[in-house]
Amino acid sequence: MGGRMIFARRVAAIAWKDLIAEWRDRESMTAMCFFAFLVLFLFNFALGGDQTLIRGASSGLLWLAFTFTAVLGLARSVQGEMTNDCLDGLLLYPAEREAIFLGKLCGSFIVIMLVELISFPVFAVLYNMDIWSQLPKLLLIAVPATFGFATAGTLLSTMTVGLRAREAMLPFLLFPLTIPLILAAVRGTEIVLRGEVFELAMPWLKLTGAFDVLFLVGSLLTFELLIEE
Amino acid sequence: MSGQGWERTLGILAVFGVAAGLYTAFVYAPPDAVQGEVQRLMYLHVPLILVGYLAFFVVFVTSILYLWRRHRGYDAIAHSSAEIGVIFTALSIAIGSIWGRPTWGAWWTWDARLTTTAILLLVFLGYLMLRTLVEDPSRGATFSAVLGILGFLDIPIIHMSVVWWRTLHQPASILKPGLSTVAPDMQMALYTNLVAFGLLYGYLLVKRLRIEETREELLRLQMERLG
Repeated sequence: MGGRMIFARRVAAIAWKDLIAEWRDRESMTAMCFFAFLVLFLFNFALGGDQTLIRGASSGLLWLAFTFTAVLGLARSVQGEMTNDCLDGLLLYPAEREAIFLGKLCGSFIVIMLVELISFPVFAVLYNMDIWSQLPKLLLIAVPATFGFATAGTLLSTMTVGLRAREAMLPFLLFPLTIPLILAAVRGTEIVLRGEVFELAMPWLKLTGAFDVLFLVGSLLTFELLIEE
Repeated sequence: MSGQGWERTLGILAVFGVAAGLYTAFVYAPPDAVQGEVQRLMYLHVPLILVGYLAFFVVFVTSILYLWRRHRGYDAIAHSSAEIGVIFTALSIAIGSIWGRPTWGAWWTWDARLTTTAILLLVFLGYLMLRTLVEDPSRGATFSAVLGILGFLDIPIIHMSVVWWRTLHQPASILKPGLSTVAPDMQMALYTNLVAFGLLYGYLLVKRLRIEETREELLRLQMERLG
């Protein structure tokens, strides 16, 4: 078996471990889905039920719901390793530190993507949006944006996990840094939902790509330093 | 000259520099033909933000050096520079806001440069907050170094995104007057202030490092007494 295969299997093993743990209690999935639903529901009241206003702001509202929700999942993913000294066990796993990072990242990414997929129908119903015909295009926007968000989030939650004020610190560090992603996702979704040509979303996709590369490379280079401290 | 001698000289230069800067800005330079007296705020606003950027660049460079060499001194410089950078940037935004109210008719506008600068301030406020919350100094130094590097690299991307965000649907609304059209007296005032705030930054940085040094010495003495 080639070295690359082994590396990929290790990444998959860690991601799989996280997903099984998540499936066993389903605690964060339930909390995240409920939270996303709640945010989408409350925005309706915040905007006074004005349908034109809501339609105009809908993609922004959707992504605000997703970013708030994702923070919950990201915090829990690393937090889970702190109880019962799981982190020490994880570090004993004979894998490169990069594999551990990528495994945790994949686990979080899949959980957040699932929550987004569950939220889409809720969004479509509550805001009267036809998203079914546009779903593939929406995913083209959502997948890279969510991946970048999960990357930055996994790295930053590794930093904030041991802190007293971690619940406040993670969003405080994560949101300013991920503004390009949130913006790109909101604009991209807007273009898709309005039924405009997909070409218009290309600059936003490129921006998402640039961000993903920066944070993925940055995380892979520095994760070892963070976890070893 | 001894270390303290240099410090004092730098301090005196900074005081004279800022005094000269204030004189050129508020007395020497002529009032602006269009904006009148209020334009004088520019002489503080622009140098403050430029030196603020410089401070964050210093954080970026010393963070890389810290991760590479693991020398405590680099971390101390990064920390001190971030503190000064945050103060200079916040002051610049505040002064800009006061200048913006009479000239643009608003305290704040979501212009690309303004938005990016505000985010830069938020990123480094988070950086300073993270520092106060991590108890173990070596952990704190590593975490902050990573954040300092990634945060600084992220700013060009944020800038690009807010430029697109503003320009994809509407043209840029505010164009600041270019320097080339500025009278020599005004240029002179601007450059004087730039040098003055640069000196002030240098002085504050040296002073802040001295405090850090003293604090560590104090800790060491305390440990010694406790045995």
